[in-house]
Parts: sequence; structure tokens; C-alpha cells
Amino acid sequence: MLPIEVVSLKKCYGDIRAVDDISFTVKQGEVFGLLGPNGAGKTTTIEILEGLRAKDEGQVKVLGLDPWKDGYELHKKIGVIPQEFTFFEKITPKEAIQYYADLFKVKVDPDAILKEVLLEDSAKVYFDSLSGGQKQKTGLALSLVNSPELLFLDEPTTGLDPNARRAIWEVIRGLKAKGKTIILTTHYLDEAQQLSDRVAIMNHGKIVAMGTSEEIIKQHGSGERLEIHGTEKLANYIKENTELQVDYNRSRGEIVIPLKQKIDALAALAAAEQSGMDWGEIQTRQDSLDDVFVKLVSYGVNEQGEIIGDNEVKPAVSKRRR
Amino acid sequence: MVSGKRIFSDFKVFSRGYLRNKFGLFFGLIFPVILILIFGAIFSGNNTGTIDVYAQNQDTGAFGQNLGDRFLSALNESTTLRVITVNASENFPDYLAAHSASDGILIPQNFSANYILGQPVNLTVYGNPTSSTSGIVSGTVNGYANYFNLQRFNGTMIIGLTSATVNTQQTKYIDFLIPGLIGFSILTSPMFSLVNISSEYKKTKLFKQLSLTPLTKMEWLTSKVLWYIVLTIAGFLLMVGVGIFAFGAHVTLTPWLIPFLVLGPMLFAALGMLVGTVTKNPETAGVIGNIVTFPMMFLAGTFFPISIMPTYLQTVAHGLPLFYIIEGLNNVMVYNNITGAIIDLVVVAVITVVIFALAVKLFKWRED
Ligand SMILES: Nc1ncnc2c1ncn2[C@@H]1O[C@H](COP(=O)(O)OP(=O)(O)OP(=O)(O)O)[C@@H](O)[C@H]1O
Ligand SMILES: [Mg+2]
Repeated sequence: MLPIEVVSLKKCYGDIRAVDDISFTVKQGEVFGLLGPNGAGKTTTIEILEGLRAKDEGQVKVLGLDPWKDGYELHKKIGVIPQEFTFFEKITPKEAIQYYADLFKVKVDPDAILKEVLLEDSAKVYFDSLSGGQKQKTGLALSLVNSPELLFLDEPTTGLDPNARRAIWEVIRGLKAKGKTIILTTHYLDEAQQLSDRVAIMNHGKIVAMGTSEEIIKQHGSGERLEIHGTEKLANYIKENTELQVDYNRSRGEIVIPLKQKIDALAALAAAEQSGMDWGEIQTRQDSLDDVFVKLVSYGVNEQGEIIGDNEVKPAVSKRRR
Repeated sequence: MVSGKRIFSDFKVFSRGYLRNKFGLFFGLIFPVILILIFGAIFSGNNTGTIDVYAQNQDTGAFGQNLGDRFLSALNESTTLRVITVNASENFPDYLAAHSASDGILIPQNFSANYILGQPVNLTVYGNPTSSTSGIVSGTVNGYANYFNLQRFNGTMIIGLTSATVNTQQTKYIDFLIPGLIGFSILTSPMFSLVNISSEYKKTKLFKQLSLTPLTKMEWLTSKVLWYIVLTIAGFLLMVGVGIFAFGAHVTLTPWLIPFLVLGPMLFAALGMLVGTVTKNPETAGVIGNIVTFPMMFLAGTFFPISIMPTYLQTVAHGLPLFYIIEGLNNVMVYNNITGAIIDLVVVAVITVVIFALAVKLFKWRED
């Protein structure tokens, strides 16, 4: 039995297709990253899996249960950090952990959990006085109380400082080492790459790419390319004097030459040298997950999963944040 | 399956949060006591219901007697009126106007002479048709005039009047006020809290958060109800204590009060929950909550008995659940009318069961 099985899941809000016919599975012990721009449908998907929202169509099995009908059973076995976690105003993180332990009827050491998520210093501060990151860490702490076998983390590190982010990464790695299955959404692609075994990129309610980040880069990325800082005139010169495909990125003043083989770089540089024109920095680079993400999300893909209408190389856009 | 342990854990967390939040504590306990102190102070000085009335005696007397004076002192001895004499040289109507007085009695110059000679003479009673006291003044004056008339012809008064207040000689406004204000706090504290909590928790997704734990809706609501029962009983003891020690109130305390103090908070916590559940956001919930609460706050016999209201408002009052709680409390505490209280209790119990069941049924942790 796979921990998560989703087949043709759909959910609409009026005219908005929040989740539009998606299918995927998550394996035991896997960290599965869900990526996508704001409004892509990540939270909707996750909350349907958690049994917090009803689906419209499709089949969903989580730990072998129907999350909506068997939610009460399921909730004992899963841990959840909702997006923008909030809790009672006048409760301290330590009391909150004890409260959860009482509700789940389990024995825990609140201090150990607080330590694990780096929250010992704020153990006795009321929730409404905690910083955004500390609140988020409280959410993580609570999701651990019932020692769940499956965790849903919806943007667990949004708004955290770099140290705190790394601390949460450590917690997630520790959970993975213990064999827990984790679904994680994030807007930080480096985070997804660092933590996830596989990722799915969602856009407009659909999964537009899925696999390991290497697989996704290989399938949708443009491969290696040579970038030369220079004029458009130089770009035209190289184009006329070689067999190569040459693009020009006006905004960055960069000549971009996709390399089918490494030797193509030599031909391009020879032509540039021959032209007698000035040229600056040269570098070769490959699409990162960031580049692929931006392309997938800004251009969309056709039925074959190819990116539509992407001719110009886009600069790697800074990470999107809410 | 309902778990007492989970109810207790949730109760502990909720009550602690409540006590840490000064607003809740203020409105739950301090505010009702302040109300008792204010209303008790306003009405404690004037609990006999005596009406002040200005009187001018222009009677010059006859045969060595001034019957005008005798008439006024007779009026003054009644417990209904307190006569304030105005100097005969004043222009009486102007004087009344200058003192914003609504009632006045004028005794004419030849009052004694005409009375003794058996000739008709008129007293003038000034009144204001919009004032509730004017009828009482003219009625009282009329009564004493008849009495004087009978005496003139050696008639005998068959019917006399002694004034007394209902039930016991000592019953004062404060005794009626205590059940009313207890009703007020039974209504407001759970109602406003639950409207607010249920709509805010929905908005901030706290209900979703709780639904991820083994706590059930029923357990959650039960723990809220328990807390407001505790708070209501604490408020009850405080208010009765202040009423007795600060104002010498006379109220009967019997176990018959307990069902009202338990069902009341349960009813209004559930009603608040219902309002928060059927509305979309905290703003709408607040408005609807006020629309439901305000008429009850004033019309159900909280600050004044409903018998002084016009008939159509009394009809409205009989449609308000709080009315039966306050009437029941009055029946137990003031009138010692247990039969009446039991009828009120049955009405309250039925309403509570219906509202509670409805709230539990419609209230959702999750979204569809
Ligand atoms: N309860 C709701 N009622 C109406 N529309 C909704 C509701 N929940 C989600 N939507 C819509 O569904 C779409 C997907 O929302 P969702 O929250 O799943 O996006 P997301 O991928 O989690 O975005 P973000 O990165 O901003 O968290 C959005 O267009 C949103 O407006
Ligand atoms: Mg989201």
C-alpha cells in the first residue's frame, strides 16, 4: 500500500478549477515536494489529502483511508502544519504541546520537542507575542506530538530566517531518516531540491511536471549553453559565420548559444575572436530547477509536456514569495 | 465517543486563556458588578416611589383656621406625595416652569371660608399629560378632596387606604434588579464570546486545526459551556454578595436557582455558536449577534420589570428566551413562587435543547 494515492482529483470553486484532474502517488519514506506559483492549487490539494476539504471528483487514498470519510481515524496518524499556522492567543508553545499530548492521549516531553524545533527560548511566551517564525515552529512542534507516520507541511519555512530554515530542514531530514513520509510545499526551489526525493510542479490546478529535479531539468530544461557578454552585432556575426543557433538577450546584453556538443563552444569563440569586435565575460551554464520552474509556469506546456513558445532565454527570476 | 479527559484538557486550556485575557474577565465578572453598583446606587435612595409635588397655599384662613395648610399636610402624610411648599407671593405657573416641575397644586385664597360656609371651591392641579406622575398626583389630590368633602357633611369614610409594596414590606428595587442583571450576564458573556470565537476560529482556520486532533465538536462545545457555567455561577455569587452587602437586598437562595444557572449559559453559548456558524465572516456574525442580543438585553426584564412596558412590547418579551430565565429567577429569588419557576424552567429547557442540537448539527469543523 502506498501512503498516498491520488487519481484524477478535481476541485472547483465556482469557475476556478483549483485542482484540475491531477494524479500522483507518494512512496513510503519519500519526501515529496509540491511546487507552484500562488494560487496553483497546492493548499487545496494538501487539504483534501488531510481530510479538511471535500473533493469534487477523483479517488484519494491516504494511508489506505478515505480522508474525508475516515478523517477522524486518519488524523491520529498524520501530522500537519497548515499554511499560516495560527493557534489560541494566550497559550505558550509548551502548554500547546501538552494540550495536544492530552488530546492524543500520548506522553511526550514538551521540552525535547521544543528543543528539536529550536524553540526552547520561547517556551513560555504567549502565542500572540511570538514572531512569525516562532509561530511556524510551534506548528511544526505540534505536528510532531502524535509521532505521525505521514506529515503534511504546507510552506513550513515561509517567513523564517536562514538559521531557522536550516533548523527546520534538519528536523525534516531527521524525520526522513526515521522513515516518515512527507509532503512539503514550498516557494523556495533550493529547499525543494535539497529536501525532496521527487517534486511535482503545479500550475492552474494541473501538475505540469513531476519527477526528481534532475529528471525535470532534463525533460524541460534547455541543456548546456554558452553565454557571451557582447553586442547584437557580434551575435549576428557569429550566426552568419557558424552553423550554430544564436539567440540574443537584449535586456542583459548577452549572446546565448545552446551547445549540442562541447566543441560548439570553440567554434563560437573562434568566430567571436575573428570578428575583431569587443566581448566580455563568457560562461557556460545549464538550466536550474528555478529556470525550468519559471518557464513551466510562465509559458505553460502542451500535451506532450513541452514548454510552449519559449524562445528567449529568461533570466533566472528571484524566488517567489508570498 | 465523548471523552471526559479531552473535555477537561480543552476546558483547562480555554479557561486559562480566558483568565489571561483581561477583556473576557472584565465583561464576564467585573462589568455585571459595576452594573449592580450603578443601578443599585441610582435607585436605592428613592425606593418608596414618593413623588415630589410643588404646592402654593393662597388660603388666608377663616374663623381662625387655615384649612389649606391642613389639606397639604394631609397630602404630605400620604406615602405617595411629598409636598414642597411655595411662597404665596410667587407666580405659581412661572415658578413651576422655572423649576422644571411637572406637577403642582394651587389652593385658592378663599379655600377655608368657602369650605366652612359650604360653598363650592376649586383646587387647581397642574400636570403634564406626558408625565407618568401627573395621573398619580391628580388621583391622590382627588382622593383627599373627597375625604374633606365627606368630613364637611359629617360623612364617614368606609374605605381607607394603606400603601404597601408587593409580597413583602421590605422588597426594594435592588431585589428585582439582581435577577435581572444576573440574566443580563447569563446572556451577554457566553453569547458575545461564542459569536466571536466561532466566527474567528472559522476565519483563522483554528477549527480546522482542532479537527486534526481527536477532540470532537461536541467535546469542544461542552468544554465552552462548562466554562460559562462556572463563570455564571461566579458572577451570580459576586452580584448577590454585592446586592446583599452594599444594598441590603433580600433574595431567597435555594437549589432551584441551579438549573437556571446551568441551562442559561448553555442556551446562550449554543445560540452564539449558531450565529457564528451560519454567518460567513466575523463582521456579519457580530452584526447578527447584536441583532439577536440587544432586544433581549433591554426587553426581557433585565433593568426594569416588563410590566411597565406597553402591551405590544410585553408580547415581544414573551418571545425572548431570556425573559423566561429572568422570570424564573424572580420567581425563585423574589416571589418564592416555585410553581411559576418550574414552568419557566420547562420553557428554558425546551429552548436550550433545540438551540443546542441545532448548533451542534450545523456547526462544521471542516469545509465541504
Ligand atoms: N475556500 C475557497 N473558496 C474559493 N476559492 C478558493 C478557496 N480555496 C482556494 N480557492 C481558490 O483556489 C485556487 C487555489 O488555491 P490554493 O490555496 O490551493 O493555492 P496555493 O497553490 O496553495 O497558493 P499559495 O502558494 O498562494 O499558497 C486559488 O485560485 C484560490 O483562490
Ligand atoms: Mg497554499
